[in-house]
Amino acid sequence: MSIMTYRQALHDTLRAEMLRDDDVFLIGEEIGVFEGSYKITAGMLEEFGEKRVRDTPIAEEGFTGAAIGAAMLGLRPVVEIMTINFSLLALDQIVNHAAKIYGMFGGQARVPMVIRTPGGGGQQLGATHSQNIELYYAFVPGMKVVAPSTPADAKALMLAAIRDDDPVLFLENLALYNTKGEVPDDDTPAVIGKAAVTREGSDITLIGYSRMAYVASKVAEQLAESDGLDIEVIDLRSLRPLDRETIIASVKKTHSAVILEDDWLTYGIGAEIAATISDGAFDYLDAPVRRVAMAEVPLPYSKPLETAALPSTDDVIGAIRQTLEAVGHRTSTTGRKS
Amino acid sequence: MASRTPTTRATTGVTTGTTPTSPQKAQSTAKRKTTAAQKVTATPKAPAKEKATVRKTPAGARNPKSADDSAQLIDFYRQMMLIRRFEERAARAYTQALVGGYCHLNLGEEAAVVGLMSAMRPSDYLFTNYREHGYAISRGIDPNRVMAELYGRIDGVSKGWGGSMHMFDITQRLLGGYGIVGGQLPLATGAALAIDYREGDEVVLCTMGDGTTNIGAFHESLNIAALWNLPVVYVIINNRLGMGTTVEKASAEPELYKRASAYRMASERVDGLDPLAVYAAAGRAIDSARGGKPFLLEVMTERLRGHSVVDPATYRSAEEVADLKENDPVHTLAARLVAEGILNDEALAKIDEEATALVVAAADFAAASPFPEISTLFDYTYATPVPNDSRRLPGEPLFAPEPLPGQEVSA
Ligand SMILES: Cc1ncc(C[n+]2csc(CCOP(=O)(O)OP(=O)(O)O)c2C)c(N)n1
Ligand SMILES: [Mg+2]
Repeated sequence: MSIMTYRQALHDTLRAEMLRDDDVFLIGEEIGVFEGSYKITAGMLEEFGEKRVRDTPIAEEGFTGAAIGAAMLGLRPVVEIMTINFSLLALDQIVNHAAKIYGMFGGQARVPMVIRTPGGGGQQLGATHSQNIELYYAFVPGMKVVAPSTPADAKALMLAAIRDDDPVLFLENLALYNTKGEVPDDDTPAVIGKAAVTREGSDITLIGYSRMAYVASKVAEQLAESDGLDIEVIDLRSLRPLDRETIIASVKKTHSAVILEDDWLTYGIGAEIAATISDGAFDYLDAPVRRVAMAEVPLPYSKPLETAALPSTDDVIGAIRQTLEAVGHRTSTTGRKS
Repeated sequence: MASRTPTTRATTGVTTGTTPTSPQKAQSTAKRKTTAAQKVTATPKAPAKEKATVRKTPAGARNPKSADDSAQLIDFYRQMMLIRRFEERAARAYTQALVGGYCHLNLGEEAAVVGLMSAMRPSDYLFTNYREHGYAISRGIDPNRVMAELYGRIDGVSKGWGGSMHMFDITQRLLGGYGIVGGQLPLATGAALAIDYREGDEVVLCTMGDGTTNIGAFHESLNIAALWNLPVVYVIINNRLGMGTTVEKASAEPELYKRASAYRMASERVDGLDPLAVYAAAGRAIDSARGGKPFLLEVMTERLRGHSVVDPATYRSAEEVADLKENDPVHTLAARLVAEGILNDEALAKIDEEATALVVAAADFAAASPFPEISTLFDYTYATPVPNDSRRLPGEPLFAPEPLPGQEVSA
């Protein structure tokens, strides 16, 4: 067990997998000489050479598609797309090709590849550079989408993603790269498609992924101290497949839930979770399921506007308090005990 | 240096040639690989070796002492110095956290920017990318408003919504800086389509970096423009680097202007450290586009610092960095003005002072301008009001809490 940043965990795992398997190679813009826009691949070009750390032209559609083709022949490319916003230029290759090849050809060809890409707003990058559009990929059968929130999961999910035989979109987050945590030394991959209960509690369930799972943990800690609240936190870890069982089991226990997401509210990831809860735990609910998401605007550059548009810790705390008020209201008027 | 002998390509009938390097450049840019102007003019029906395809450098570039040229050079120097001081101030404001996001500077590209912008008519349109402060200023936008945009203030060109990468001003016909690499190319093509549709005589100028020529939109846009004879000039600002990736590492045909031949489009390469050469080449390109023949112009320039303000550019060798200093277009032009007896040191210093004063005023103006009100957050999602638009702040419930059914309190 060692303490390291999310960035370091990604770097070390990529490196270990490169050493373990010659078929694993890295491909993307500015990952070699420049060492990666966010320095995940620092030092890799020097260690592994140009064949396995491949700097590409600015051609997202071209190099992502090329990785898909290489994967069809059995290589295990790990693509870096500088930020998820630029993955839109490769959308056709990912959605119409990577996600379709296995099914469309009756299972004859596999696409064992990983697309690493960070999302995240809050850095004043403006409307086109601050989006959280993982939903576009989570929507597509044939894709797997994982979204670690801790350094330990960054490692375990990366191991799983690289060794997986299907295309995996591996969502990172700009705001998480410098966060620290314990990382186990052993190489046990995570199981893709499983959520984690990262904190057990009985008062209310907080559900998040990526940066918002991190925020959920922080808020739970804070409210335990300030209000004595016993909050359960679920880190989804995988958006597709989605671990509905873990969500339902938790809500059946706590009777209420707040969903945290960095994407837009309408049709967002949280809508699927709320629908899951409505379907699987309707009779257990003591309050409406609330979602805390980004304001539905093209994100402005100006700092005060950007701050107002992004979900904050205070927004989350407000939604929790209101939900618990609604629970109290209902349990006192209907006599239900949670 | 590229071959000085015209070569031909049988398949497209493209002719390559160069014109003599101007004396100033020969000494100031001895180490550079560029010649003053290397041209490819697509003339599919003309005999392959026809001399006329290698056009003459305009008189101005070879005879810089005419009164007109002197005035022109002084004006260029003034504008270049303003961009230089503006960008230095922007970098400083960034380190002081007065500016956020990404901030890409035109340092080293001043001659290219000024030469290009000066060749446009006020009625022509400009599409550019995120490295755009200099373009905005040269296009005639008040530096105060450009700086206010960097500060995210209400008086900014994009009202604080766009920031460094996304400036827009319809009155100066700057139709946007764009942060997605290549995003502006199809848009510029479409603007040219609109001009052609309305039989107007404006031209669209669309700038991009060298790295941007490798995105699919480059091919798609140039093909469409050539096919439909659209009035557009695509300009490659070749600073020899994407972020840290060199042109040679990113482009199978590193002489980027030659790519035009794939579309039978006329093209030319010009020394982007010489504002007069850029001005002249841009004039030719714009004339061509105005006549319904789109053009690809490659401007060879330098990026004096990192890709953006936060990039220390450690991937560049000390030798390269020293070369950059030597090729600094602002210093080069200053030396030329003195050498040719157009300005003395005192006059140069005065221009610098004036530029510095404008920039200081711009920073003061920006700092004094208010931030946009939070209440305006939902004002720019749709152009006209629409029922059921989501105007909720994060965490706001979809529905206000209501009494339980059957337990409503009667009024
Ligand atoms: C589609 C897309 N991919 C990647 C990026 C990240 N990016 C921003 S600028 C840049 C390099 C562009 O190089 P070039 O076209 O030469 O322009 P320069 O910055 O040198 O002016 C990259 C890769 C982006 N903004 N958009
Ligand atoms: Mg460049």
